Amino acid sequence: MADQSDNVQRAATIAVLVENEAGVLARVIGLFSGRGYNIDSLTVAPVDEHGRLSRITIVTTGTEMVIEQIKAQLDRLVPVHKVSDLTLEGPHLTRELALIKVVGKGEHRMEALRLADAFRARVVDATTESFVFEMTGSGEKLDAFINLMRPIGLAEVSRTGAVAIVRGTSSLTA
Amino acid sequence: MSPQTLQAASATSSLTGAEIVLRALKEQGVDVIFGYPGGAVLPIYDAIFQQNAIRHILVRHEQAAVHAAEGYARSTGKVGCVLVTSGPGATNAVTGLVDALLDSIPIVCLTGQVPTHLIGNDAFQEADTTGITRPATKHNYLVKDITKLAETVHEAFYVARAGRPGPVVIDLPKDILIGKGPYKEAPKAEHRSYRPQVEPDMAQVRKAVAMLKAAKRPIVYAGGGVINAGPEASELLTKFVRMAGLPCTNTLMGLGAYPASDPQFLGMLGMHGTYEANLAMHGCDVMFNIGARFDDRVTGRLNAFAPNSLKIHADIDPSSINKNVKVEVPVVGDAASVLRAMIAAWQDEPAQQDKQALATWWRQIDEWRGKKCLAYVQESKIIKPQHAVRRLYELTRESGKETFITTEVGQHQMWAAQYFGFEKPNHWMTSGGLGTMGYGLPAAMGVQIAHPNALVIDIAGEASILMNIQEMATLAQYRLPVKVFILNNQYMGMVRQWQELLHGGRYSESYSAALPDFVKLAESFHGVGMRAESTDDLDRVIKEMIAIDRPVIVDCAVDEKENVFPMIPSGAAHNEMLLAPGQEGGVAGVTDEGKVLV
Repeated sequence: MADQSDNVQRAATIAVLVENEAGVLARVIGLFSGRGYNIDSLTVAPVDEHGRLSRITIVTTGTEMVIEQIKAQLDRLVPVHKVSDLTLEGPHLTRELALIKVVGKGEHRMEALRLADAFRARVVDATTESFVFEMTGSGEKLDAFINLMRPIGLAEVSRTGAVAIVRGTSSLTA
Repeated sequence: MSPQTLQAASATSSLTGAEIVLRALKEQGVDVIFGYPGGAVLPIYDAIFQQNAIRHILVRHEQAAVHAAEGYARSTGKVGCVLVTSGPGATNAVTGLVDALLDSIPIVCLTGQVPTHLIGNDAFQEADTTGITRPATKHNYLVKDITKLAETVHEAFYVARAGRPGPVVIDLPKDILIGKGPYKEAPKAEHRSYRPQVEPDMAQVRKAVAMLKAAKRPIVYAGGGVINAGPEASELLTKFVRMAGLPCTNTLMGLGAYPASDPQFLGMLGMHGTYEANLAMHGCDVMFNIGARFDDRVTGRLNAFAPNSLKIHADIDPSSINKNVKVEVPVVGDAASVLRAMIAAWQDEPAQQDKQALATWWRQIDEWRGKKCLAYVQESKIIKPQHAVRRLYELTRESGKETFITTEVGQHQMWAAQYFGFEKPNHWMTSGGLGTMGYGLPAAMGVQIAHPNALVIDIAGEASILMNIQEMATLAQYRLPVKVFILNNQYMGMVRQWQELLHGGRYSESYSAALPDFVKLAESFHGVGMRAESTDDLDRVIKEMIAIDRPVIVDCAVDEKENVFPMIPSGAAHNEMLLAPGQEGGVAGVTDEGKVLV
């Protein structure tokens, strides 16, 4: 009698602790492509002192049933230690880093600097005709800044995708 | 060096990679490997040559090696072991691996690989085996460090059998097999990350029991998970179903988990399930699914599946729960553990069943049974395939021999499932999830290796059998008295049936033209060939076949026009079954949406 017509989509930020071994990322990505799940962003890096564990942060969207499936499917991969749906865990921080190259002269250049200042983007490279800004923040904040740069010389963007962590004392450990 | 340290040194560092592999296999209880040699695995074959603990069965194609290991695994409950070479050896094995993945069969497949320094160079017989088999296995490994070799083999066996079983590949570069390294015994410690839940949460079990006790129209729907949980799980299922007085249906994979002759058994459910099983599923108010996965062959159209029911789903794999069908009470655990807990909770639960409602429900089920959906008329001398399977069943029972049945895929498979009664688990091996034609003969080989004195019969079709017919040579070499019983209707019968029902009778490419003479074919492979052309021949041929202690092919000519009924057309619901001509009911046409489905 369960409601089968549950079509409401939600976003989920999922943190996955995995063995830092060859092929583990391919397993996770293959799972998503093989089963037709969305990946909005995915980041990965070793996180423990011995480099044995990596943390993958995946942002995805789907119905409640699909997101539950994604978590169950991730959890049964052999090298996966823990799967945590941060969206359900409660308040959490999400951050993304972007490097943004703006090329231009004169007033455009000044405007880019003024906006970067307002957004607390740092200048990490400069020539007489370009800046590279480094910016950290939520995806929305990065989007807003990048959109402002478009008409004044946006040339290139490199973004990391989201990393996330739960607020407070609770921690995700293997 | 003191004697102790000398001993320690010899135990830890004097073995070649190939020797380490064999020693680990032995420690894991392997007594037989199905395989095919090649350049990259020659060191292992050399090591096999120099020992007697593990027997090697030389197949004629690597796909057959995996199916044989599946037959071995399914009939014994042990992990099946396969050894193939790199490149084409590994790629040929892929079909078998996916077959084992979809049917949750524990397999460890060792594949050779080019030496580590050549990996990625497009070397001779190089394939990216771990890349290719990643979605084809439960897990896979590429061993690049000989000090990790022994533990990898041990872990592979653990992963293959733990939780929901499945196939595991270990890719072994040739330099690792030749190099020397330490042997390590299987670890006693828990696996660092893969620890499936075996014991169920008792609160969930109590909820399930309360729900089942309150049911007016309950049903138990049991699948291959019960078989995989070992023979005890089948005994517990039988005990539970009987003590609770519930109707029970089995999936294709679950046949044998509940005795077919039991009055509470409704037969198989699903696309070619019985009328009573499917209508009971459709009409139930509480469904207890144990070890089945709401496969599309079982559910039919999802939004019309058991529409007024509360569902309990017990499975060892949490990802099987709420995948296709949302359930009210999920129970994660091994089928035997869940059933043991259910029996205990049932006895503890003070609430009583509504006996009156249950009696009404059974009357309704008996009415459905009255339809006799599996009835057929054997009127002429042309053998009806159903009759052939029925006689095969009856005559094998009369023979008193322990009988194992494997099948290929298609109409004959469904008739075998419908007309051969299975009283015990582990005696029925069929390719359920992947539907692999060519499965039955090599699987029968594996069963016969594990049960040398049993009667092992591959119920086949004349099309499927040709997909791995080369294994007749393996039967001859090892004197395996496997019986191949071909229901020969000169068509890829299931394809023909769908073309008749869905594609206007345009039998595109489904005629089995230019068939071999199966009698001569059997003889050329050192076996016995027999033909049954009419009902006059049938019993005699079957009896002879059972009596012969050699490989036999029976070419049984059956009615070409016969279709498998009941049938739930794709995209239809359980109450929209098609019945055999002459039986009333079931008028569902196939919708355009249904036509898209396979």
